[in-house]
Amino acid sequence: MCGIVGLFAKTPEVEANLGALLAPMLHEMSDRGPDSAGVAFYRNPVESGHTKLTLQHDDPAYDWDALRKALKEAHGADKHVERRGNHAVVVAHADAVRAEAWIEEHHPDVKIMSAGEAIEIYKEVGRPEAFIETFDIKSLNGTHALGHTRMATESKVTTAGSHPFSTGLDLCLVHNGSLSNHNGLRRMLRREGVRFQTENDTEVAAGFMMWRQREGDTLQQVVDRCIEDLDGFYTFLIGTRDGFAVVRDPIACKPAVLAETDEWVAMSSEYRSIATLPGAEKAVAWEPAPATLYMWEKERV
Amino acid sequence: MATATDIEVVDLAVTPLRELNQRLHDAASGGSRSWRIVNPNGAHAIAVGIDAELDVVIEGHTGYYAAGMNKHATVTIEGNAGVGVGENIMSGRIHVKGNASQACAATGRGGLVVVDGNASSRCGISMKGVEIVVKGDIGHMSGFMAQSGTLVVCGDAGDALGDSIYETHIYVRGSVQGLGADCIEKELKEFHRAELGRLLEAAGADAKVDEFRRYGSARQLYTFNIDNAGAY
Repeated sequence: MCGIVGLFAKTPEVEANLGALLAPMLHEMSDRGPDSAGVAFYRNPVESGHTKLTLQHDDPAYDWDALRKALKEAHGADKHVERRGNHAVVVAHADAVRAEAWIEEHHPDVKIMSAGEAIEIYKEVGRPEAFIETFDIKSLNGTHALGHTRMATESKVTTAGSHPFSTGLDLCLVHNGSLSNHNGLRRMLRREGVRFQTENDTEVAAGFMMWRQREGDTLQQVVDRCIEDLDGFYTFLIGTRDGFAVVRDPIACKPAVLAETDEWVAMSSEYRSIATLPGAEKAVAWEPAPATLYMWEKERV
Repeated sequence: MATATDIEVVDLAVTPLRELNQRLHDAASGGSRSWRIVNPNGAHAIAVGIDAELDVVIEGHTGYYAAGMNKHATVTIEGNAGVGVGENIMSGRIHVKGNASQACAATGRGGLVVVDGNASSRCGISMKGVEIVVKGDIGHMSGFMAQSGTLVVCGDAGDALGDSIYETHIYVRGSVQGLGADCIEKELKEFHRAELGRLLEAAGADAKVDEFRRYGSARQLYTFNIDNAGAY
Protein backbone atom coordinates (compact mmCIF):
# COMPACT_ATOMS: atom_id res chain seq x y z
CA MET A 1 0.00 0.00 0.00
CA CYS A 2 2.27 2.83 1.30
CA GLY A 3 1.56 6.53 1.63
CA ILE A 4 3.48 9.37 0.07
CA VAL A 5 3.38 13.07 0.79
CA GLY A 6 5.14 16.14 -0.55
CA LEU A 7 5.06 19.82 0.32
CA PHE A 8 6.55 22.68 -1.67
CA ALA A 9 6.70 26.10 0.02
CA LYS A 10 5.72 29.22 -1.90
CA THR A 11 6.17 31.66 1.02
CA PRO A 12 8.88 32.25 3.69
CA GLU A 13 6.31 31.37 6.40
CA VAL A 14 5.70 27.92 4.95
CA GLU A 15 9.47 27.43 4.53
CA ALA A 16 10.04 28.26 8.21
CA ASN A 17 7.33 25.79 9.31
CA LEU A 18 7.83 23.10 6.69
CA GLY A 19 8.47 20.28 9.18
CA ALA A 20 5.56 21.27 11.40
CA LEU A 21 3.31 21.21 8.32
CA LEU A 22 4.67 17.98 6.82
CA ALA A 23 4.57 15.95 10.06
CA PRO A 24 0.74 15.82 10.31
CA MET A 25 0.54 14.93 6.61
CA LEU A 26 2.90 12.01 7.21
CA HIS A 27 1.09 10.98 10.38
CA GLU A 28 -2.21 10.90 8.48
CA MET A 29 -0.67 8.30 6.14
CA SER A 30 0.18 5.91 9.02
CA ASP A 31 -2.67 3.54 8.09
CA ARG A 32 -1.24 3.18 4.60
CA GLY A 33 2.26 2.44 5.88
CA PRO A 34 2.85 1.42 9.51
CA ASP A 35 6.16 -0.45 8.92
CA SER A 36 8.59 2.42 8.46
CA ALA A 37 8.72 6.09 7.60
CA GLY A 38 11.11 8.55 6.04
CA VAL A 39 11.49 12.08 4.77
CA ALA A 40 13.73 14.15 2.53
CA PHE A 41 14.06 17.83 3.42
CA TYR A 42 15.72 20.41 1.20
CA ARG A 43 17.10 23.10 3.48
CA ASN A 44 20.05 25.31 4.41
CA PRO A 45 22.10 24.75 1.22
CA VAL A 46 25.85 24.63 1.68
CA GLU A 47 28.24 26.62 -0.45
CA SER A 48 29.19 25.35 -3.88
CA GLY A 49 32.05 22.84 -3.74
CA HIS A 50 31.04 21.63 -0.27
CA THR A 51 28.92 18.52 0.26
CA LYS A 52 26.20 17.99 2.85
CA LEU A 53 26.03 14.34 3.89
CA THR A 54 23.27 12.67 5.86
CA LEU A 55 24.85 9.66 7.60
CA GLN A 56 23.35 6.82 9.60
CA HIS A 57 24.74 4.34 12.12
CA ASP A 58 22.80 1.59 13.90
CA ASP A 59 24.40 2.61 17.23
CA PRO A 60 22.43 5.60 18.57
CA ALA A 61 25.47 6.63 20.66
CA TYR A 62 27.80 6.66 17.68
CA ASP A 63 30.57 9.26 18.02
CA TRP A 64 29.72 11.56 15.14
CA ASP A 65 32.09 14.27 16.36
CA ALA A 66 35.06 11.91 16.04
CA LEU A 67 34.02 11.21 12.45
CA ARG A 68 33.65 14.93 11.77
CA LYS A 69 37.10 15.72 13.20
CA ALA A 70 38.74 13.03 11.08
CA LEU A 71 36.86 14.29 8.01
CA LYS A 72 38.03 17.83 8.84
CA GLU A 73 41.65 16.73 8.89
CA ALA A 74 41.30 14.89 5.61
CA HIS A 75 39.20 17.36 3.58
CA GLY A 76 37.95 20.12 5.86
CA ALA A 77 34.48 20.09 7.43
CA ASP A 78 31.99 22.42 9.09
CA LYS A 79 32.25 22.69 12.88
CA HIS A 80 28.69 21.66 13.49
CA VAL A 81 27.19 18.16 13.41
CA GLU A 82 23.40 18.07 13.41
CA ARG A 83 22.14 14.85 15.01
CA ARG A 84 18.63 13.49 14.54
CA GLY A 85 17.89 10.03 15.91
CA ASN A 86 20.63 7.74 14.68
CA HIS A 87 21.33 10.03 11.73
CA ALA A 88 23.71 12.99 11.54
CA VAL A 89 24.34 15.74 9.01
CA VAL A 90 27.96 16.70 8.36
CA VAL A 91 29.30 19.13 5.79
CA ALA A 92 32.51 18.17 3.99
CA HIS A 93 34.65 20.81 2.33
CA ALA A 94 35.06 18.58 -0.67
CA ASP A 95 33.04 17.45 -3.66
CA ALA A 96 30.62 14.57 -3.23
CA VAL A 97 32.79 11.98 -4.96
CA ARG A 98 35.70 12.59 -2.59
CA ALA A 99 33.53 13.01 0.50
CA GLU A 100 31.57 9.80 -0.10
CA ALA A 101 34.74 7.85 -0.97
CA TRP A 102 36.34 9.00 2.27
CA ILE A 103 33.34 7.83 4.36
CA GLU A 104 33.25 4.46 2.59
CA GLU A 105 36.97 3.93 3.08
CA HIS A 106 37.34 5.10 6.68
CA HIS A 107 33.89 4.42 8.13
CA PRO A 108 32.46 1.43 6.23
CA ASP A 109 29.91 0.82 9.02
CA VAL A 110 28.34 4.25 8.39
CA LYS A 111 25.57 4.40 5.77
CA ILE A 112 25.28 7.43 3.50
CA MET A 113 21.59 8.35 3.27
CA SER A 114 22.01 11.35 0.99
CA ALA A 115 24.58 13.71 -0.48
CA GLY A 116 24.21 17.11 -2.08
CA GLU A 117 23.99 20.80 -1.32
CA ALA A 118 20.56 20.94 0.30
CA ILE A 119 19.09 17.44 0.69
CA GLU A 120 18.78 15.65 4.04
CA ILE A 121 17.22 12.16 4.19
CA TYR A 122 15.99 10.59 7.43
CA LYS A 123 14.32 7.20 7.57
CA GLU A 124 13.72 4.44 10.07
CA VAL A 125 11.61 1.36 10.74
CA GLY A 126 8.64 1.67 13.07
CA ARG A 127 5.43 3.63 13.18
CA PRO A 128 5.38 7.09 11.58
CA GLU A 129 4.42 8.91 14.81
CA ALA A 130 7.46 7.45 16.58
CA PHE A 131 9.65 8.46 13.65
CA ILE A 132 8.30 12.03 13.76
CA GLU A 133 9.19 12.25 17.48
CA THR A 134 12.59 10.53 17.34
CA PHE A 135 13.80 12.63 14.45
CA ASP A 136 12.13 15.84 15.65
CA ILE A 137 10.66 16.33 12.17
CA LYS A 138 8.47 19.24 13.28
CA SER A 139 11.53 21.42 13.95
CA LEU A 140 12.82 21.21 10.37
CA ASN A 141 12.56 24.15 8.00
CA GLY A 142 13.11 23.89 4.26
CA THR A 143 12.03 24.88 0.77
CA HIS A 144 10.35 21.54 0.04
CA ALA A 145 10.06 18.09 1.53
CA LEU A 146 8.94 14.58 0.64
CA GLY A 147 7.77 11.82 2.95
CA HIS A 148 6.84 8.16 2.86
CA THR A 149 5.10 5.64 5.08
CA ARG A 150 5.83 2.05 4.12
CA MET A 151 3.74 -1.09 4.10
CA ALA A 152 6.35 -3.59 2.92
CA THR A 153 5.18 -6.05 0.29
CA GLU A 154 8.23 -7.39 -1.51
CA SER A 155 11.33 -7.01 0.66
CA LYS A 156 12.40 -6.80 4.29
CA VAL A 157 11.44 -4.04 6.71
CA THR A 158 14.84 -2.42 7.25
CA THR A 159 16.18 1.12 7.42
CA ALA A 160 17.89 0.63 4.07
CA GLY A 161 14.63 -0.65 2.56
CA SER A 162 12.74 2.44 3.73
CA HIS A 163 12.07 5.45 1.55
CA PRO A 164 13.17 8.01 0.36
CA PHE A 165 15.91 6.51 -1.78
CA SER A 166 18.76 8.74 -2.83
CA THR A 167 19.11 8.74 -6.62
CA GLY A 168 22.09 11.06 -6.94
CA LEU A 169 23.23 14.42 -5.66
CA ASP A 170 20.26 16.31 -4.20
CA LEU A 171 17.91 13.79 -5.81
CA CYS A 172 15.59 11.28 -4.21
CA LEU A 173 12.61 9.08 -4.88
CA VAL A 174 9.59 7.93 -2.92
CA HIS A 175 7.26 5.35 -4.38
CA ASN A 176 3.80 3.91 -3.86
CA GLY A 177 3.31 0.73 -5.82
CA SER A 178 5.28 -2.31 -6.85
CA LEU A 179 7.52 -3.18 -9.77
CA SER A 180 7.49 -6.61 -11.35
CA ASN A 181 10.68 -6.54 -13.45
CA HIS A 182 13.07 -5.21 -10.81
CA ASN A 183 15.26 -8.35 -10.66
CA GLY A 184 16.10 -8.18 -14.36
CA LEU A 185 16.64 -4.43 -14.20
CA ARG A 186 18.89 -4.81 -11.13
CA ARG A 187 21.13 -7.26 -13.04
CA MET A 188 21.31 -4.87 -16.00
CA LEU A 189 22.08 -1.88 -13.75
CA ARG A 190 24.79 -3.79 -11.84
CA ARG A 191 26.50 -4.33 -15.18
CA GLU A 192 26.28 -0.55 -15.65
CA GLY A 193 28.07 -0.07 -12.33
CA VAL A 194 25.06 0.92 -10.18
CA ARG A 195 25.33 -0.44 -6.64
CA PHE A 196 22.43 -1.83 -4.57
CA GLN A 197 22.10 -2.42 -0.82
CA THR A 198 18.76 -4.29 -0.72
CA GLU A 199 16.37 -6.53 -2.68
CA ASN A 200 13.89 -3.66 -2.75
CA ASP A 201 12.06 -2.76 -5.99
CA THR A 202 12.08 0.99 -5.35
CA GLU A 203 15.84 0.94 -4.95
CA VAL A 204 15.95 -0.41 -8.51
CA ALA A 205 13.74 2.44 -9.77
CA ALA A 206 16.06 4.86 -7.93
CA GLY A 207 19.11 3.15 -9.45
CA PHE A 208 17.49 3.29 -12.88
CA MET A 209 16.92 7.04 -12.52
CA MET A 210 20.47 7.53 -11.25
CA TRP A 211 21.82 5.64 -14.28
CA ARG A 212 19.79 7.67 -16.79
CA GLN A 213 20.82 10.96 -15.14
CA ARG A 214 24.44 9.83 -15.24
CA GLU A 215 23.96 9.19 -18.97
CA GLY A 216 22.85 12.80 -19.38
CA ASP A 217 19.05 12.47 -19.56
CA THR A 218 16.88 15.40 -18.46
CA LEU A 219 14.20 14.69 -15.84
CA GLN A 220 11.56 14.47 -18.60
CA GLN A 221 13.74 11.98 -20.49
CA VAL A 222 14.34 9.97 -17.30
CA VAL A 223 10.60 9.77 -16.67
CA ASP A 224 9.91 8.78 -20.29
CA ARG A 225 12.43 5.93 -19.95
CA CYS A 226 10.83 4.85 -16.65
CA ILE A 227 7.40 4.65 -18.31
CA GLU A 228 8.92 2.57 -21.08
CA ASP A 229 11.13 0.20 -19.07
CA LEU A 230 9.57 -0.22 -15.60
CA ASP A 231 6.78 -2.80 -15.39
CA GLY A 232 4.37 -2.46 -12.50
CA PHE A 233 2.25 0.03 -10.65
CA TYR A 234 3.67 3.24 -9.34
CA THR A 235 3.14 6.77 -8.26
CA PHE A 236 6.57 8.38 -8.02
CA LEU A 237 7.40 11.54 -6.14
CA ILE A 238 10.84 12.74 -7.20
CA GLY A 239 12.76 15.30 -5.15
CA THR A 240 15.21 17.63 -6.91
CA ARG A 241 17.49 20.38 -5.63
CA ASP A 242 14.86 23.04 -6.41
CA GLY A 243 11.52 21.25 -6.21
CA PHE A 244 9.66 18.05 -6.82
CA ALA A 245 7.98 16.11 -9.60
CA VAL A 246 5.08 13.65 -9.66
CA VAL A 247 4.51 10.89 -12.21
CA ARG A 248 2.13 7.93 -12.36
CA ASP A 249 2.32 4.81 -14.52
CA PRO A 250 0.06 4.66 -17.62
CA ILE A 251 -2.61 2.57 -15.82
CA ALA A 252 -2.49 4.84 -12.75
CA CYS A 253 -4.08 2.52 -10.16
CA LYS A 254 -1.98 3.90 -7.34
CA PRO A 255 -3.58 6.99 -5.86
CA ALA A 256 -2.29 10.55 -6.06
CA VAL A 257 -3.84 13.91 -5.24
CA LEU A 258 -2.30 17.30 -5.95
CA ALA A 259 -3.43 20.55 -4.38
CA GLU A 260 -2.22 24.12 -4.70
CA THR A 261 -2.78 27.45 -2.98
CA ASP A 262 -0.85 30.73 -3.09
CA GLU A 263 1.16 29.45 -0.10
CA TRP A 264 2.03 25.86 -1.05
CA VAL A 265 1.82 22.94 -3.43
CA ALA A 266 1.02 19.61 -1.79
CA MET A 267 1.00 16.05 -3.05
CA SER A 268 -0.36 13.04 -1.23
CA SER A 269 -1.70 9.55 -1.71
CA GLU A 270 -4.94 10.78 -0.20
CA TYR A 271 -6.69 14.07 0.35
CA ARG A 272 -6.93 13.54 4.13
CA SER A 273 -3.21 14.39 4.43
CA ILE A 274 -3.72 17.61 2.53
CA ALA A 275 -6.72 18.44 4.75
CA THR A 276 -4.27 18.97 7.64
CA LEU A 277 -2.72 22.00 5.89
CA PRO A 278 -3.85 25.58 6.57
CA GLY A 279 -6.03 26.80 3.70
CA ALA A 280 -6.64 23.28 2.36
CA GLU A 281 -10.36 23.88 2.05
CA LYS A 282 -9.68 26.66 -0.47
CA ALA A 283 -7.00 24.77 -2.42
CA VAL A 284 -7.44 23.71 -6.01
CA ALA A 285 -7.23 19.91 -5.78
CA TRP A 286 -6.98 17.46 -8.67
CA GLU A 287 -5.76 14.04 -9.62
CA PRO A 288 -2.66 13.87 -11.84
CA ALA A 289 -3.22 12.22 -15.25
CA PRO A 290 -1.41 8.96 -16.06
CA ALA A 291 2.05 8.95 -17.65
CA THR A 292 2.30 12.73 -17.27
CA LEU A 293 5.07 14.63 -15.52
CA TYR A 294 4.03 17.35 -13.06
CA MET A 295 6.81 19.52 -11.68
CA TRP A 296 7.31 22.48 -9.37
CA GLU A 297 10.68 24.15 -9.02
CA LYS A 298 11.83 27.23 -7.18
CA GLU A 299 13.99 29.74 -8.99
CA ARG A 300 17.36 29.99 -7.30
CA VAL A 301 18.10 33.38 -5.81
CA MET B 1 -35.40 10.59 19.64
CA ALA B 2 -35.13 13.05 16.79
CA THR B 3 -38.23 13.52 14.70
CA ALA B 4 -38.38 13.20 10.94
CA THR B 5 -38.21 16.95 10.37
CA ASP B 6 -35.14 17.64 12.55
CA ILE B 7 -31.80 18.20 10.86
CA GLU B 8 -29.20 15.98 12.45
CA VAL B 9 -25.71 17.52 12.38
CA VAL B 10 -22.73 15.19 12.87
CA ASP B 11 -19.23 16.60 13.30
CA LEU B 12 -16.65 14.04 12.18
CA ALA B 13 -13.97 15.99 14.05
CA VAL B 14 -15.54 14.66 17.27
CA THR B 15 -17.81 11.76 16.25
CA PRO B 16 -16.17 8.46 15.24
CA LEU B 17 -16.96 7.42 11.67
CA ARG B 18 -18.43 4.05 12.70
CA GLU B 19 -20.83 5.79 15.05
CA LEU B 20 -22.01 8.06 12.24
CA ASN B 21 -22.53 5.16 9.83
CA GLN B 22 -24.34 3.14 12.50
CA ARG B 23 -26.69 6.04 13.17
CA LEU B 24 -27.36 6.40 9.44
CA HIS B 25 -28.13 2.68 9.24
CA ASP B 26 -30.40 2.89 12.30
CA ALA B 27 -32.29 5.74 10.61
CA ALA B 28 -33.91 3.11 8.41
CA SER B 29 -36.26 2.49 11.31
CA GLY B 30 -37.10 6.14 12.13
CA GLY B 31 -35.72 9.49 13.23
CA SER B 32 -34.32 12.41 11.25
CA ARG B 33 -34.59 12.33 7.49
CA SER B 34 -32.11 15.21 7.00
CA TRP B 35 -28.45 14.92 7.94
CA ARG B 36 -25.49 17.26 7.64
CA ILE B 37 -21.98 15.89 8.09
CA VAL B 38 -19.29 18.47 8.85
CA ASN B 39 -15.48 18.15 8.93
CA PRO B 40 -15.28 15.07 6.69
CA ASN B 41 -11.61 15.92 5.95
CA GLY B 42 -11.24 13.20 3.37
CA ALA B 43 -12.14 10.30 5.69
CA HIS B 44 -12.95 6.98 4.03
CA ALA B 45 -16.29 5.17 3.91
CA ILE B 46 -18.47 8.12 4.93
CA ALA B 47 -22.22 7.39 4.71
CA VAL B 48 -21.68 3.90 3.34
CA GLY B 49 -24.53 1.40 3.27
CA ILE B 50 -27.52 3.70 3.88
CA ASP B 51 -30.83 1.90 3.34
CA ALA B 52 -33.44 4.64 3.86
CA GLU B 53 -34.85 7.70 2.13
CA LEU B 54 -32.51 10.15 3.86
CA ASP B 55 -31.16 13.46 2.62
CA VAL B 56 -27.47 13.59 3.58
CA VAL B 57 -25.22 16.56 2.89
CA ILE B 58 -21.46 16.19 3.45
CA GLU B 59 -19.83 19.59 3.87
CA GLY B 60 -16.36 19.05 2.41
CA HIS B 61 -14.16 16.48 0.70
CA THR B 62 -14.56 12.72 1.16
CA GLY B 63 -12.05 9.84 0.98
CA TYR B 64 -12.60 6.39 -0.46
CA TYR B 65 -16.01 4.78 -1.13
CA ALA B 66 -18.19 7.64 0.09
CA ALA B 67 -21.90 6.69 -0.06
CA GLY B 68 -20.98 3.22 -1.30
CA MET B 69 -23.81 0.68 -1.63
CA ASN B 70 -26.31 3.51 -1.25
CA LYS B 71 -29.99 2.55 -1.29
CA HIS B 72 -32.83 5.12 -1.47
CA ALA B 73 -30.85 8.06 0.05
CA THR B 74 -29.84 11.33 -1.58
CA VAL B 75 -26.22 12.08 -0.68
CA THR B 76 -24.63 15.39 -1.64
CA ILE B 77 -20.86 15.89 -1.34
CA GLU B 78 -19.99 19.58 -1.26
CA GLY B 79 -16.41 18.99 -2.34
CA ASN B 80 -14.24 16.41 -4.08
CA ALA B 81 -14.76 12.68 -3.66
CA GLY B 82 -11.99 10.09 -3.40
CA VAL B 83 -11.67 6.68 -5.02
CA GLY B 84 -14.88 4.69 -5.61
CA VAL B 85 -17.54 7.23 -4.67
CA GLY B 86 -20.94 5.52 -4.90
CA GLU B 87 -19.38 2.11 -5.41
CA ASN B 88 -22.11 -0.46 -5.96
CA ILE B 89 -24.89 2.11 -5.57
CA MET B 90 -28.26 0.30 -5.62
CA SER B 91 -30.66 3.24 -5.85
CA GLY B 92 -31.10 6.86 -4.75
CA ARG B 93 -28.92 9.76 -5.84
CA ILE B 94 -25.33 10.87 -5.19
CA HIS B 95 -24.26 14.37 -6.18
CA VAL B 96 -20.55 15.29 -6.11
CA LYS B 97 -20.18 19.05 -6.44
CA GLY B 98 -16.42 18.91 -7.02
CA ASN B 99 -14.31 16.32 -8.83
CA ALA B 100 -14.47 12.56 -8.36
CA SER B 101 -11.44 10.29 -8.20
CA GLN B 102 -11.02 6.89 -9.84
CA ALA B 103 -13.74 4.26 -10.18
CA CYS B 104 -16.70 6.59 -9.63
CA ALA B 105 -19.90 4.51 -9.25
CA ALA B 106 -18.01 1.30 -9.96
CA THR B 107 -20.28 -1.76 -10.27
CA GLY B 108 -23.32 0.44 -9.53
CA ARG B 109 -26.62 -1.38 -10.02
CA GLY B 110 -29.10 1.50 -9.96
CA GLY B 111 -29.74 5.10 -8.95
CA LEU B 112 -28.15 8.28 -10.29
CA VAL B 113 -24.63 9.63 -9.70
CA VAL B 114 -23.95 13.23 -10.77
CA VAL B 115 -20.46 14.77 -10.80
CA ASP B 116 -20.34 18.52 -11.39
CA GLY B 117 -16.60 18.54 -12.05
CA ASN B 118 -14.38 15.89 -13.63
CA ALA B 119 -14.21 12.20 -12.84
CA SER B 120 -10.85 10.52 -13.28
CA SER B 121 -9.98 7.08 -14.57
CA ARG B 122 -12.26 4.02 -14.61
CA CYS B 123 -15.48 5.99 -14.14
CA GLY B 124 -18.37 3.50 -14.25
CA ILE B 125 -16.11 0.47 -14.38
CA SER B 126 -18.23 -2.69 -14.47
CA MET B 127 -21.41 -0.65 -14.01
CA LYS B 128 -24.54 -2.78 -13.89
CA GLY B 129 -27.48 -0.42 -14.22
CA VAL B 130 -26.49 2.85 -12.52
CA GLU B 131 -26.96 6.12 -14.39
CA ILE B 132 -23.95 8.47 -14.27
CA VAL B 133 -23.78 12.07 -15.47
CA VAL B 134 -20.37 13.80 -15.41
CA LYS B 135 -20.54 17.48 -16.30
CA GLY B 136 -16.79 17.71 -16.93
CA ASP B 137 -14.33 15.18 -18.36
CA ILE B 138 -13.69 11.53 -17.50
CA GLY B 139 -10.33 9.75 -17.37
CA HIS B 140 -8.94 6.73 -19.12
CA MET B 141 -10.47 3.23 -19.07
CA SER B 142 -13.90 4.55 -18.15
CA GLY B 143 -16.82 2.19 -18.68
CA PHE B 144 -14.50 -0.82 -18.68
CA MET B 145 -16.67 -3.98 -18.91
CA ALA B 146 -19.75 -1.83 -18.37
CA GLN B 147 -22.74 -4.17 -18.40
CA SER B 148 -25.85 -1.99 -18.30
CA GLY B 149 -26.96 1.49 -17.29
CA THR B 150 -26.00 4.83 -18.81
CA LEU B 151 -22.88 6.99 -18.71
CA VAL B 152 -23.24 10.62 -19.84
CA VAL B 153 -20.14 12.80 -20.24
CA CYS B 154 -20.61 16.49 -20.98
CA GLY B 155 -16.86 17.05 -21.49
CA ASP B 156 -14.17 14.82 -23.00
CA ALA B 157 -13.43 11.13 -22.42
CA GLY B 158 -9.94 9.69 -21.92
CA ASP B 159 -8.32 6.75 -23.63
CA ALA B 160 -9.80 3.24 -23.95
CA LEU B 161 -13.42 4.30 -23.39
CA GLY B 162 -15.82 1.39 -22.96
CA ASP B 163 -13.24 -1.36 -23.30
CA SER B 164 -14.96 -4.78 -23.41
CA ILE B 165 -18.32 -3.08 -22.93
CA TYR B 166 -21.55 -5.09 -22.77
CA GLU B 167 -24.85 -3.20 -22.93
CA THR B 168 -24.23 0.16 -21.23
CA HIS B 169 -25.16 3.27 -23.23
CA ILE B 170 -22.39 5.88 -23.30
CA TYR B 171 -23.00 9.46 -24.46
CA VAL B 172 -20.08 11.90 -24.86
CA ARG B 173 -20.40 15.55 -25.84
CA GLY B 174 -16.70 16.33 -26.30
CA SER B 175 -13.80 14.40 -27.76
CA VAL B 176 -12.94 10.76 -27.10
CA GLN B 177 -9.22 10.15 -26.85
CA GLY B 178 -9.66 6.55 -27.89
CA LEU B 179 -12.21 3.73 -27.86
CA GLY B 180 -11.43 0.46 -26.08
CA ALA B 181 -11.78 -3.01 -27.54
CA ASP B 182 -15.24 -3.74 -28.97
CA CYS B 183 -16.53 -0.20 -28.30
CA ILE B 184 -17.87 1.66 -31.33
CA GLU B 185 -19.83 4.79 -32.13
CA LYS B 186 -23.51 4.05 -32.64
CA GLU B 187 -26.52 5.83 -33.99
CA LEU B 188 -28.39 8.18 -31.62
CA LYS B 189 -31.92 6.86 -32.05
CA GLU B 190 -35.14 8.35 -30.71
CA PHE B 191 -35.03 6.09 -27.65
CA HIS B 192 -31.52 7.30 -26.84
CA ARG B 193 -32.41 10.95 -27.36
CA ALA B 194 -35.23 10.58 -24.86
CA GLU B 195 -32.99 8.77 -22.35
CA LEU B 196 -30.21 11.35 -22.69
CA GLY B 197 -32.64 14.27 -22.43
CA ARG B 198 -34.15 12.83 -19.26
CA LEU B 199 -30.73 12.38 -17.64
CA LEU B 200 -29.43 15.85 -18.60
CA GLU B 201 -32.52 17.33 -17.03
CA ALA B 202 -32.29 15.15 -13.92
CA ALA B 203 -28.66 16.19 -13.45
CA GLY B 204 -29.27 19.87 -14.21
CA ALA B 205 -26.66 19.72 -16.97
CA ASP B 206 -26.46 22.67 -19.34
CA ALA B 207 -26.11 20.69 -22.57
CA LYS B 208 -28.23 19.78 -25.57
CA VAL B 209 -29.01 16.27 -26.73
CA ASP B 210 -27.86 17.04 -30.30
CA GLU B 211 -24.33 17.82 -29.11
CA PHE B 212 -23.69 14.22 -28.01
CA ARG B 213 -22.46 11.10 -29.74
CA ARG B 214 -23.40 7.63 -28.58
CA TYR B 215 -21.00 4.74 -28.01
CA GLY B 216 -21.72 1.13 -27.26
CA SER B 217 -20.77 -2.45 -27.83
CA ALA B 218 -20.00 -3.90 -31.26
CA ARG B 219 -20.98 -7.24 -29.64
CA GLN B 220 -18.02 -8.98 -31.23
CA LEU B 221 -16.15 -9.73 -28.03
CA TYR B 222 -18.76 -11.27 -25.78
CA THR B 223 -20.51 -14.41 -26.78
CA PHE B 224 -23.54 -14.56 -24.51
CA ASN B 225 -26.47 -15.95 -26.45
CA ILE B 226 -29.95 -15.83 -24.95
CA ASP B 227 -30.69 -19.23 -26.46
CA ASN B 228 -27.96 -20.69 -24.22
CA ALA B 229 -29.25 -19.05 -20.98
CA GLY B 230 -30.20 -22.42 -19.52
CA ALA B 231 -26.58 -23.52 -19.63
CA TYR B 232 -25.40 -20.76 -17.22
